[in-house]
Amino acid sequence: MSGCPFGGGQDGVERDASQANPTAGRGVSRRGLLSFAGVGGAGALAGLAAGLWGRDAVFAAAPAEAPADDTVPFHGERQAGITTAAQDRLHMAAFDVITEDRDELIRLLKDWTAAAEAMTQGRETGESGAAGGSYDAPPQDTGEAMGLSAGKLTVTFGFGASLFEKDGKARFGLEGRRPDALIDLPHFPGDDLQAGRSGGDIIVQACADDPQVAVHAVRNLARLGFGKVRVRWSQLGFGRTASTSRAQQTPRNLFGFKDGTNNLKVEDADLLEDHVWAQAGTRPGEAWMQGGSYLVARRIRMHIEIWDRTSLGEQEALIGRTKAEGAPLSGGKEFTAPDFSIKGKDGAPLMGIDSHVRLAHADQNGGVRMLRRGYNYTDGSDGLGHLDAGLFFIAFVKDPRTHYVPMQMAMAKQDTLAVEYLKHTGSALAAVPPGTRPGGYIGEGLFS
Amino acid sequence: MPSPSLPNSDRSASARTPGSGHRAASRLAAAAAVAVLPLTLAACTDNAAPSSSAGAAGPIQVTSTSDACKVSTASAKSGNLTFTVQNDGEQVTEFYLLAEDGLRILGEVENIGPGLTRNLVVTVPAGKYTTACKPGMEGDGIRAGFEVTESGSKPAVDGDLKALTDQGTAQYVAYVKDQTEQLLAGTRKFAEAYAAGDAATAKELYAATRMHWERIEPVAESFGDLDPKLDAREADLAEGEEWTGWHRAEKDLFPPAGFQALAAADRGKLAARLVADTEELAQRTRTVELTADKLGNGAKELLDEVATGKVTGEEEIWSHTDLWDFQANVDGARIAFENLKPVLEQKDPELAKSLDTKFAALQAELKTHARGDGFAYYNELSPEQVQRLAALVDSLGEPLSNLTAAVVL
Repeated sequence: MSGCPFGGGQDGVERDASQANPTAGRGVSRRGLLSFAGVGGAGALAGLAAGLWGRDAVFAAAPAEAPADDTVPFHGERQAGITTAAQDRLHMAAFDVITEDRDELIRLLKDWTAAAEAMTQGRETGESGAAGGSYDAPPQDTGEAMGLSAGKLTVTFGFGASLFEKDGKARFGLEGRRPDALIDLPHFPGDDLQAGRSGGDIIVQACADDPQVAVHAVRNLARLGFGKVRVRWSQLGFGRTASTSRAQQTPRNLFGFKDGTNNLKVEDADLLEDHVWAQAGTRPGEAWMQGGSYLVARRIRMHIEIWDRTSLGEQEALIGRTKAEGAPLSGGKEFTAPDFSIKGKDGAPLMGIDSHVRLAHADQNGGVRMLRRGYNYTDGSDGLGHLDAGLFFIAFVKDPRTHYVPMQMAMAKQDTLAVEYLKHTGSALAAVPPGTRPGGYIGEGLFS
Repeated sequence: MPSPSLPNSDRSASARTPGSGHRAASRLAAAAAVAVLPLTLAACTDNAAPSSSAGAAGPIQVTSTSDACKVSTASAKSGNLTFTVQNDGEQVTEFYLLAEDGLRILGEVENIGPGLTRNLVVTVPAGKYTTACKPGMEGDGIRAGFEVTESGSKPAVDGDLKALTDQGTAQYVAYVKDQTEQLLAGTRKFAEAYAAGDAATAKELYAATRMHWERIEPVAESFGDLDPKLDAREADLAEGEEWTGWHRAEKDLFPPAGFQALAAADRGKLAARLVADTEELAQRTRTVELTADKLGNGAKELLDEVATGKVTGEEEIWSHTDLWDFQANVDGARIAFENLKPVLEQKDPELAKSLDTKFAALQAELKTHARGDGFAYYNELSPEQVQRLAALVDSLGEPLSNLTAAVVL
């Protein structure tokens, strides 16, 4: 594990909970503030708003906190938000870097690292937070998360290919640093990608059990970035469609089927090593990705209206599982392994040749697996009386060339479900660097 | 315990087309395996309202094991019966409801994997019957007597439903044949003009000829390999795949700015290929077997095509002749519905009436966009006009999706 900031990490779990120290570092604790306000009542709030008490006064008044179980440690060998048990809500945003100044970009990454760390630990951004600063200045933190739990917030950063080069020219002195695995994804049959929902120089995935907490995180990062980055696209996900731990139940997608039954889980340390965590690569210039991963994001619109007009039998045949239990059509219960050889009445397999489960299964894809972490979304209406709804697919893989492209190409060509009922409208691929140590910053290995 | 909220009868997927991948390619093929047996026995069924008789008593539990076929009751009242069949054995099983003679099948549910549960919903008049589980799907199965007593609700059944169904299916087969012949004749003319560089004639023939394809699209798409050859849009292809068929000619005839026109030799090749593939389609269509459920599912799929491809203007992105396709899809769906209507009027007159009204409303709206022999170009429609069309398509699509279940029950 040389080149990895922490070494070790043999268990595949992102980080040791003992690294957590929610109250360390600077900034205002949201829960501390809340309890203080509770004691002091309206007068105390008014005093805060007037800036009569500084940050220290707030800290002095707040009771000491025990490490809370609503926080996920930010620092660690790996970034959080990959094998972390999938939270309920998502806000993902892609940023384009508008400065070409390397130092300015590094400063932003440092600022973002500090802000992300604070927010994931339930603290506000900036030294004076949402209401502790000068009465004549705008608050440093935007404030909508005051009084809320940290909601197991994780903020995960990744770098798109366009950060490394634009129009064939290297940016930010990053010649030779673009990892070979950070490819330009090919056109998959049926793709209907919108430029305004695709790509991006830096991808930020904020996940939390409270949507307001996730949005607060992205919003505050965007604010810190003005002048250096601009938001290219942003996507809310209202419900997880994957479980990344055996302690979690399998959720359902908007087709009403359980999704991700056979997903990689945090408990599968060896499989994570084989399929999720990136290696050092073949060139010294890409070794900074060792211990990171590649994030594939695809905005997949579902034609839910015509799906809802499809018979139960056809729905189950297209998926390859029963709707209620989620058992494979070859028999058993949800977690029974599908038997692709078992045949039905006319000699055809019970798990149809073009069923989604068969086409997506590792057995049909050279043993390749991925860690899926997608979310259901709805984005208003399509203007034709239908919900613009579907799956915001997210997967973390060791190498998209082997672990995403072949499978997606097969599905786009052969999966009747995908061909008939799905349309990919957005796409992004990002190199997610390994985690940070306290005092370090996201992407430090790339810029050092 | 199976959920009682699964009213549909089982649909087998055993005949799904292997490797087919283009749009609706395998859907019709999948429908081929749907148990349509009840239809052929339709003369013996009644159309008792779901609220009457045995339906209220809840599902009848069937447990199939390697050596037993346990049915929770040996009798029920006439009407719509739901058998919830649980496979507790280790082999794939199936369940039949047979007439007293043990031969005639009232309904079946097949391909139940070990541990799974399937529902069979079937309309059963009073009489004596036989239940049978077939673990391993071989032999006569494990049989027992089953009696259905009169529920009192006995709506009249007019006419011979089987004859009506056969007649409707035969009419649709004739329709498919006629459309295929017109498609082939039209394609030859189009190809001739296109290959000869007569763009004006080719453009004139383009949309009108394609209507014959769009009317029978689910049948055409059931041949998974021919559909992409004839009807793939550019975005449907992967890098390096050869693009053939109508839409390649479309882009060449209605070129976007900066498009490099095809050379004469390439046009000739494309035209010849189009004719050859259409001849192959016509050849294969001659032997296609249709059943009532295929008509019903085909009608539903045609409306799906309208909702996802035509309403959005995605089908004809260069020529903007989407309304021709739109009309043709609606034509095909309406013909299938009308061929099934005599049966539907016996089984669910309300649904028949609703579909009549909704087809008429959509047709009336389409007519407002007629221009001479054809239609307005899709990019000339205002957003409000497109929204009206979309709403009418959804309004029709919802009840139309119940057509198959209504006629095969």
